[in-house]
Amino acid sequence: MKFPTTVVKTRELGKTFDNIKAVYGLTFNLVQGEILGLLGPNGAGKTTTIQLLLGLTTYDAGEVSILGMDPTRQRREVLSRVNFSSAYTSMPTNLTVWENLNVFSLLYGVKNRKKKIEEVLERLKITEARHKVTGMLSSGQLTRLNLCKALLNDPEVLFLDEPTASLDPDIADVVRQTLQGLRRERGMAMLYTSHNMYEVEELCDRVIFLHHGHEVARGTPDEVKLAMNEKSLEGVFVRIARGGDVETAGNGDGRN
Amino acid sequence: MWQRIYALVLRHVYLHKRSLARNMEIVFWPVMGLLVWGFFTKYIERVALPGAGAFFLGSLILWEVLYRSQQAISYSITEEFWVGNVINLFISPISTLEIGAATCVMGLLKSTVTTVFLMLMAFVFYGFDLFDAGLLLIPYYGCLLVFGWAVGLLTMGMIFRFGRGAEALIWGVPFLLEPLSAVFYPADVLPRWLWWVSMCLPSTHVFEGMRAALAGKDAGPWDLPMAFLLNVPWLAAGGLYFSRMLARAREIGNLARQVVD
Ligand SMILES: Nc1ncnc2c1ncn2[C@@H]1O[C@H](COP(=O)(O)OP(=O)(O)OP(=O)(O)O)[C@@H](O)[C@H]1O
Ligand SMILES: [Mg+2]
Repeated sequence: MKFPTTVVKTRELGKTFDNIKAVYGLTFNLVQGEILGLLGPNGAGKTTTIQLLLGLTTYDAGEVSILGMDPTRQRREVLSRVNFSSAYTSMPTNLTVWENLNVFSLLYGVKNRKKKIEEVLERLKITEARHKVTGMLSSGQLTRLNLCKALLNDPEVLFLDEPTASLDPDIADVVRQTLQGLRRERGMAMLYTSHNMYEVEELCDRVIFLHHGHEVARGTPDEVKLAMNEKSLEGVFVRIARGGDVETAGNGDGRN
Repeated sequence: MWQRIYALVLRHVYLHKRSLARNMEIVFWPVMGLLVWGFFTKYIERVALPGAGAFFLGSLILWEVLYRSQQAISYSITEEFWVGNVINLFISPISTLEIGAATCVMGLLKSTVTTVFLMLMAFVFYGFDLFDAGLLLIPYYGCLLVFGWAVGLLTMGMIFRFGRGAEALIWGVPFLLEPLSAVFYPADVLPRWLWWVSMCLPSTHVFEGMRAALAGKDAGPWDLPMAFLLNVPWLAAGGLYFSRMLARAREIGNLARQVVD
């Protein structure tokens, strides 16, 4: 049997701000074609983890390898093969959707730019907004524009920080379908944060729960529910957030 | 590399295509400034100082070169903070050097547009031709542009380090330089200790040299070489500070945070 390639690997990853241990001792593998959910209450360290992996913030403990490379040394190479989207970032508001995507496809050295831009717009169903000025988009459209940007370079790993916050249920579904499709077609791997447990159960193969910067549970959604004796992930979430007793659940974690 | 620099420049060109306020910044305000001071010097010429016009107008236009160059650089980054685009930019495969280079190109473009406009206006309204100073104008212009880059990189570094609170510096720094650069008067009117400070600025040597040239005198033989030479450490310091502060912003999480909250 052929094992899928590991695309992101962290060992004892950590970051301390002033006196706050935002993340510590985080070890996990993300394999090709996998969607891994990073869950936990506000301030648990999810966003920080993604920012450490992207090199936006430097980590001060542990090791990271992305696509077999050290992201601090081979920054450009790594960044050109991954991407990131969040409902909480924006894009130049005075530029049209098309202009913004054009600028980013130049930055990523995308070949056949026009065709690629049309393709991602079509995928996220915002083709009709392409000549709109970005500042005039609804927040749902802006979220999808962010996702379009994140798909321009056909990333092998996609980091998603609450990518569906602010989407209506219909569009959130379109986004989930798109992500599922990309995973199936290209084996794109995703590290995904969300507070919507329904969405997480639908999308994620595995989840890691963080609390106060540290892992408190991991496994497939079913394994985690079983281990904590809860009927829903929502229940697990609330238990963790309120500091109930927790154990590391499951074993489908690919540690090695 | 060129494609990525081009991408960033294009981003700002798109912006100017659509934003009236940004175009006011590089054309309207400077021209208004020129008109006010232009008429004022015309008046001064009549009542007190014949020949002051060329002196003032030349200084005014050249000051804008430095000022716009610095502003363009600082703004090109602040702009990204305003619109929440910093993360997108810094997770794209662009290097610090390329970002620096793209902003310097912006400085060049903006200050050239401003200067050309001002020279035309000065000619139309006051019959003043900056090229009376001769072809020396071109290297002097280059010196001011590069000094503007250096100062722009320094302010940009402060924005990374201290966050948006440092935005006030974008405006403040040039006002600190203006009196020290001997823009409207010879450097030797400064008190001794300030004179020493002013001699460390490439801009002082440019303005001294230009004044001499406009007055039809030979420029001091050292003005141009000094301006050139002083630019070297200034630009190096600007670039170094910028990249150091960017690294620091990554350590304390400033790069990632300012957008999110
Ligand atoms: N630059 C920073 N300086 C100081 N503390 C920081 C910084 N960035 C994050 N933190 C702290 O690190 C902790 C983790 O924050 P993080 O944003 O990663 O949480 P999160 O899991 O994404 O939360 P949310 O669900 O609210 O998005 C918080 O306590 C936060 O205050
Ligand atoms: Mg977060």
